[in-house]
Amino acid sequence: MSDVLLEVEDVTKHFPITKGIVFKHEVASVRALDGVSLSVRRGETLGIVGESGCGKSTLARVIMRLLEPTSGRIVFDGADLTRLSERELRPFRRELQMIFQDPYASLNSRKRVGAIVSEPLEVHSMGTEAERKRRVQDLLDVVGLNPEHYNRFPHEFSGGQRQRIGVARALAVNPKLIVADEPVSALDVSVQAQILNLLRDLQTEFGLTYVFIAHDLSVVRHISDRVAVMYLGKVAELAESRDLYAGPKHPYTGALLSAVPVANPRVGRRRSAFVLGGDVPNPINPPSGCRFHPRCPRAQPSCSESDPPLVELRAGHQAACFFPLEKWPLTDSEMRRVESPDEGMVDMEAVL
Amino acid sequence: MTVPDDLATHGQRSTDAPLLEVRDLRTYFKTDDGIVKAVDGVSFEVSPGQTIGVVGESGSGKSVTMMSILDLNPKPGRIALRGGAVPGEQMEAFLQGTKKHTSVSTGEALFRGENLLQASKRRLRALRGSEVSMIFQDPMTSLNPVLTIGDQLVEAVTLHRDVTAKRARQLAIEGLKEVGIPRAESRIDDYPHQFSGGMRQRVMIAMALINDPALLIADEPTTALDVTTQAQILGLIRELQREHGTAVILITHDLGVVAETADEIVVMYAARVAEQAPVFSLFEQPLHPYTWGLLGSLPRIDVELERLTQIVGQPPSLLRPPAGCRFRPRCAFAFDRCRRETPVALPASFDGEHLSACFLDEERKLEESRRVVAELGLEAEEAA
Repeated sequence: MSDVLLEVEDVTKHFPITKGIVFKHEVASVRALDGVSLSVRRGETLGIVGESGCGKSTLARVIMRLLEPTSGRIVFDGADLTRLSERELRPFRRELQMIFQDPYASLNSRKRVGAIVSEPLEVHSMGTEAERKRRVQDLLDVVGLNPEHYNRFPHEFSGGQRQRIGVARALAVNPKLIVADEPVSALDVSVQAQILNLLRDLQTEFGLTYVFIAHDLSVVRHISDRVAVMYLGKVAELAESRDLYAGPKHPYTGALLSAVPVANPRVGRRRSAFVLGGDVPNPINPPSGCRFHPRCPRAQPSCSESDPPLVELRAGHQAACFFPLEKWPLTDSEMRRVESPDEGMVDMEAVL
Repeated sequence: MTVPDDLATHGQRSTDAPLLEVRDLRTYFKTDDGIVKAVDGVSFEVSPGQTIGVVGESGSGKSVTMMSILDLNPKPGRIALRGGAVPGEQMEAFLQGTKKHTSVSTGEALFRGENLLQASKRRLRALRGSEVSMIFQDPMTSLNPVLTIGDQLVEAVTLHRDVTAKRARQLAIEGLKEVGIPRAESRIDDYPHQFSGGMRQRVMIAMALINDPALLIADEPTTALDVTTQAQILGLIRELQREHGTAVILITHDLGVVAETADEIVVMYAARVAEQAPVFSLFEQPLHPYTWGLLGSLPRIDVELERLTQIVGQPPSLLRPPAGCRFRPRCAFAFDRCRRETPVALPASFDGEHLSACFLDEERKLEESRRVVAELGLEAEEAA
């Protein structure tokens, strides 16, 4: 059995932008994923962070094959999921489960909790009805809900409790991998801590592997063994969590880390930020060369000419940058504020 | 009940007269399910030029407090109270007597000594947007999509100042430049959808500051933004505040944001103030069990925590809040008295600026506080 559970190989996902109704033709495409490669090891948590529009949720959906990738391979436990037919994919659907962001939208409000959690069991024809009921009650207990709440409706629960229901549903069919897309971002801090602790406990108990997607760098640091930082459809940096937070190599990672407010006034008020100008550029028409170069304080002319590949700078630490950071933290003068001339507004007219 | 909970006594904290003084503010809403006590006895004050951070989880009443001050809640918003009787009971009686879904507020919100809760509608209209302005979380829904941002900025000026259209436009362009919008002269004629989220929030800030207010209320101004944009916007608010001497009330759920931005922090829980202190005391010597829980449940960017300490349970329903201390059902330190009486925020014996609403004795609070702070690596540095 190989150490790697999931391998994402050079995956791209382009969403076409079309014009015309009768003679529909593609005029451009949103390059949501543009050559993403990463692997997830058995039993680990791989965190994926990035700002909105970086492609992290698209990646989650492509891994689950809720979206078909435009090109590339997704290898799960030795099988290439992208080549399987819907029928051949069935047994794998059991192995991969997903937890969603919005605990209000991801549960069917007309169904009782018992029916919601046992649905995956029914879909995969697992057990008799009595067995399923017992299984569901066990699951509710495992995620910290009262098994007697089997017959209640989702609206009777708070946000945190609903997210527990979502976790129970994902666990129902004994998956190997759980893809969690912003599972705690809709929750308050005190409830968020409960869910993060729960996810950790379940991982130890059931030997689960997680792909944990979030925009909150502190949450990702806390839960992940390794972290991938995405920018505009590409992986900018991938490393062990500890290494990434202690010594980022990609300037974008540095900028992200220095932009996070620190909940400690002694530290927070003294830090100087590596503040980026502008916004994330338009993925319809990404910048040439390195996609980060228009906002990068370290950019050289060559950065706009060719795209830096993701290379291993140290054992287990990959970054896609021609001029990676040598040290961290930077001094105040190195952390200068950069104003970007373009503000990155999405000008659709110019594209079409 | 031995401590009347409308008696939130405050130590006077600064020599200059406060700009805004909120005393025992209450706001109740009538809903289908009953009366929601969204704000129930909140007091705090803001000095000129100061930044107050109001933190709390959703439903803690932080936004409703500000909306009540500016009379932005559903009408009628306020009622005349008879002297002598308990305000909360009078408000409940009023709401029970009406059929409509409505809200009422009582208490005092003294802005430069003038009680905004009793100000006329005309007076409030004159104040809002000129002396007190507000920015909201979502910059898309707070701008009118069918008007150019120039139209909206000019309107903000001409409503409050007697200037020509030309001069108003000039002021609008200056405002946009000040918040760092490139090519302001041409961008002023763009519509909100032509701006990114961060740029829209900049426009909102320009509009809020265009009449040079003495107080800016920012309700989760960066929650909808990405972290790098958030850093830009917080930096901008700090910079403009320094230049104009504006006092800021920053409402947020993010302890990191207040740690870096606020001078003083008010922690709200279930419609009341749990703790209030200058920023360093709050982080280095928190004195309320809820604050301990909040700090412990926060994943940190600067420290690796083995396990988050979680607060058990959920925040209470404000339809039927628990008797006594509202935090009691979730509190590991609760004892008899917490069930019987409602604590008010009182100053600590050793620090008149540090208020906490908790019955634990001070020795115990300090001991626990030291443990929490050491565990989370929040100690004040010895060398400093």
